[in-house]
Amino acid sequence: MNTRILGGIGIAALAVVPLLGLGNYHLHILITVLIWGFVYTSWSIMGRFGMVSLGHGAFLGVGAYVATMLWNTMGLSPWVGIPVAMLVSMAMALLVGYPCFRFRIVGHYFALVTLALGEVVRLTIVGLRDQTGGSLGMTVTGVPEGTSLLALQFGDRSTFFYVALLVWLGGLVIWRLVDRSMLRYALEASSEDEDAAASVGVNVTRAKLMILMISAAMTTLGGALYAQYQMYINPETVSGIAISLQIVFAVIAGGLFTQLGPTVGAVFTLLLAETLRVTFGHDIHGLDGTIYGLLLVLFIIYMPKGITGSIMAGLTRRRRPTPAAAPAE
Amino acid sequence: MLEVRNVSAGYGSFRALFDVSLEVRAGEAVGVIGPNGAGKTTLLRVISKIIAPTSGSVVMEGQDLSRVPAHRVVEMGIAHVPEHRRLFPRLTVEENLRMGAFHPEARRRHAERLDFVYELFPRMKERRLQMAGTMSGGEQQMCAIGRGLMSGPKLLLLDEPSAGLAPVIVQQVFSLVRRIRAEGYTVLIVEQNIQQVLQVVDRAYLLEVGTIKQSGPSAELLASPEIRRAYLGL
Repeated sequence: MNTRILGGIGIAALAVVPLLGLGNYHLHILITVLIWGFVYTSWSIMGRFGMVSLGHGAFLGVGAYVATMLWNTMGLSPWVGIPVAMLVSMAMALLVGYPCFRFRIVGHYFALVTLALGEVVRLTIVGLRDQTGGSLGMTVTGVPEGTSLLALQFGDRSTFFYVALLVWLGGLVIWRLVDRSMLRYALEASSEDEDAAASVGVNVTRAKLMILMISAAMTTLGGALYAQYQMYINPETVSGIAISLQIVFAVIAGGLFTQLGPTVGAVFTLLLAETLRVTFGHDIHGLDGTIYGLLLVLFIIYMPKGITGSIMAGLTRRRRPTPAAAPAE
Repeated sequence: MLEVRNVSAGYGSFRALFDVSLEVRAGEAVGVIGPNGAGKTTLLRVISKIIAPTSGSVVMEGQDLSRVPAHRVVEMGIAHVPEHRRLFPRLTVEENLRMGAFHPEARRRHAERLDFVYELFPRMKERRLQMAGTMSGGEQQMCAIGRGLMSGPKLLLLDEPSAGLAPVIVQQVFSLVRRIRAEGYTVLIVEQNIQQVLQVVDRAYLLEVGTIKQSGPSAELLASPEIRRAYLGL
């Protein structure tokens, strides 16, 4: 109840942000946080069940490239192109996921398979140079008037802010729906013991495929949204290993098991990247990657529940000063 | 109710069961006894389809299980309480029990089943919000049996319910098994604790290195000179 009121206030506060007359830069930061917050949420929907994907860039790439190519070459509106891209991603997830889950490729081995998937998509984009522009990337053809609902292009940043806000909220809603579904129990059980889960009646393969496809479809939407916002895409920035790993890092930093964890991760990584960029410029190449890696290690050792998880653990501890004294009725 | 016909099974090139046949009739409690490594657990795993037999078949109420996948076995009325309990340690007791009523048919009657299990194991009600992995071994065993009962099974498979428990707790677990029997469940129980289990079941099969060596009513097996010498140390 309390959290619902807090949530309402939070959403209302976010909704008036563009009216505050923020400059373009700050609005840009906020939109970026919302888009990546949504992507990270999409990853964590699956990642929280021990299904660590190191290749979600694959789905981002499909979202960005399929929607953009359909628009650029055939003039097909992203309103159609995005669902098409989501279907492509889900088919890809099915193709890779089914054999993995059927033959119990879990843990590190699953992570390696997804890592390969991300690379396959990236190399495919690079390889299809004539269609995709290869490593040089691709520009989304702009509409002459600058703003068009049909083309999902908005010259004005604050309109795009609302689009991103809606999508991000949608991601949180899906997170909550999954959290309250039997699918969650099925997946938690499967992540602990597949045999035991199967013997209480969980179709482990199906449950895992479902969550992978949900996660893939959402990530694809995130990729397409990113393309619509940036108006320029590049295989490295949507499907590179760096992006796939950044997703994992951000979610672990923010908190894997809480609804807002991935968003907090997005804020954290973005602030970090911006601070590094402003302080050091582009002088020291690879500095951000080094710091990410270092922080990731520190987070895993000292804050395995991430920022939000640690804050919540702290709050419960304060509310109940002596946790050991809780009697068993 | 359950018929195991000439089942052979193994892991890779290792064969654990050779041509095993047994039968459980409705309302019975049947034991499979034998030493470590005799293939007792493998037998239960074959019945609940966690592993596939290399030959032979398992028939539940006239239906051949060979084409039924593991997650559908529960719907056929078979609940497997696996060896070492295999709870989901980071889920609460109640969540573990809920998992037992996972399939849609059982989910509909979930509240009613939960009441039944809590009535049977009041301790579980006290601990309902505790993480299952933090309970004592005996409590975890209760929780595992409770999880099995949540699906409203016709046949309960118990794999070594006494394993790793203190002697006092073992007594408690066996008296629970007796109560579950009294509730009308058909039980197939696998045990190393031969003396105890023979006091709970009607009949038993002695399994040694993958083959059935002896079978009969409990009293008869308890009196059998070979069993007394080899297993009871008398």
